[in-house]
Amino acid sequence: MTDQKEMEEAAHHVVSPVIYIIVGSTLLVLTGATVWASYQEWGNFNAVAALAIAVVKAMIVVLFFMHVKYSSKLTKLTVFCGLFTFLALVGMTLADYFTRAWGRW
Amino acid sequence: MSDSTAIAHGGHAAPDNTHAGGHEHPAYLRHHFENVEQQADAAGFAMWLFLLTEVMFFGGLFTAYLIYRNWYYPAFVEASHQLNIFWGTLNTAVLITSSFTMAMGVWCAETRKQRGLVLCLVLTFILGLGFLGIKTVEYKEKIEKHHVPGFHYSLSSFTDPVSDPEIYKEYHDKPLALDMARHTEVYFSLYFAMTGMHALHMIIGIAILGFMIFRARAGAYTSGHVTFVENFGLYWHFVDIVWIFLFPLLYLISRHQ
Repeated sequence: MTDQKEMEEAAHHVVSPVIYIIVGSTLLVLTGATVWASYQEWGNFNAVAALAIAVVKAMIVVLFFMHVKYSSKLTKLTVFCGLFTFLALVGMTLADYFTRAWGRW
Repeated sequence: MSDSTAIAHGGHAAPDNTHAGGHEHPAYLRHHFENVEQQADAAGFAMWLFLLTEVMFFGGLFTAYLIYRNWYYPAFVEASHQLNIFWGTLNTAVLITSSFTMAMGVWCAETRKQRGLVLCLVLTFILGLGFLGIKTVEYKEKIEKHHVPGFHYSLSSFTDPVSDPEIYKEYHDKPLALDMARHTEVYFSLYFAMTGMHALHMIIGIAILGFMIFRARAGAYTSGHVTFVENFGLYWHFVDIVWIFLFPLLYLISRHQ
């Protein structure tokens, strides 16, 4: 039984609570940062900053809370391929719509 | 992902890993898998595939939002001034905290701490309900101001911003022409579609959490079989990520324009 348990735990990386506490507080700090940034007068850069912070927060959640950093190559590849496809679809759709009536509005 | 066998056999703290067939393996290992590790990998892989379909689903809504925001920019800016940043920020904090308690729940399951797991699941459950409660406060305000798209939709906050003093004193919005003001309804359609679909995912999550609290109290997840808790954690964190993008896009990026 002990062997069995050790085998399970070797195959299955247990992320320590310390990391969860650091990640959780980082996410709260970044939430504060994004609200603070929205009160600044940065013109177009306001939207860029807000989305950049959101992307960083999402990456932290995926890597640590969702364990992708400690997962198998299969999981890493699945997540990466999925996000790549997602970005390609959204990127191409937006590129089409934003340039369709170029100069006509 | 079913954990029905785990609890049935978890009862007699069996040191021997035998079950009815007389051969050795943990009771929760299904016969079509080589070993526990392969079973967990398969379940995790499937969960990620499901989450990617969810990414595509919400991605469609986000794309629609960005396209319409680009088309009807002045309407989207003034309409988004109707959202309350205080409630939005508080809800973000509540949801992130619930993701933290969920992650701790997964840790408790992995390290076989039953009371800790129940506590974490209950906290996640309460924080999830708190999020929905705050969302209700926000929806109520939209209903009262007739900002829900449909027959009773009111344009007065946008064609005549002074008539909406609370928002006016903060943003000093200029009146929109009627044709542009009409497009604020598109903003609110997308607002309700996106936050509504997000809230629906929260409601489903909270229902599953209720079920899990019940099962965790019976010891289902703290005898080595953590797949269900782990994959539910993935779902809950995904819902958190959706909100991480909804919050800046709906509440924050139009503050100054």
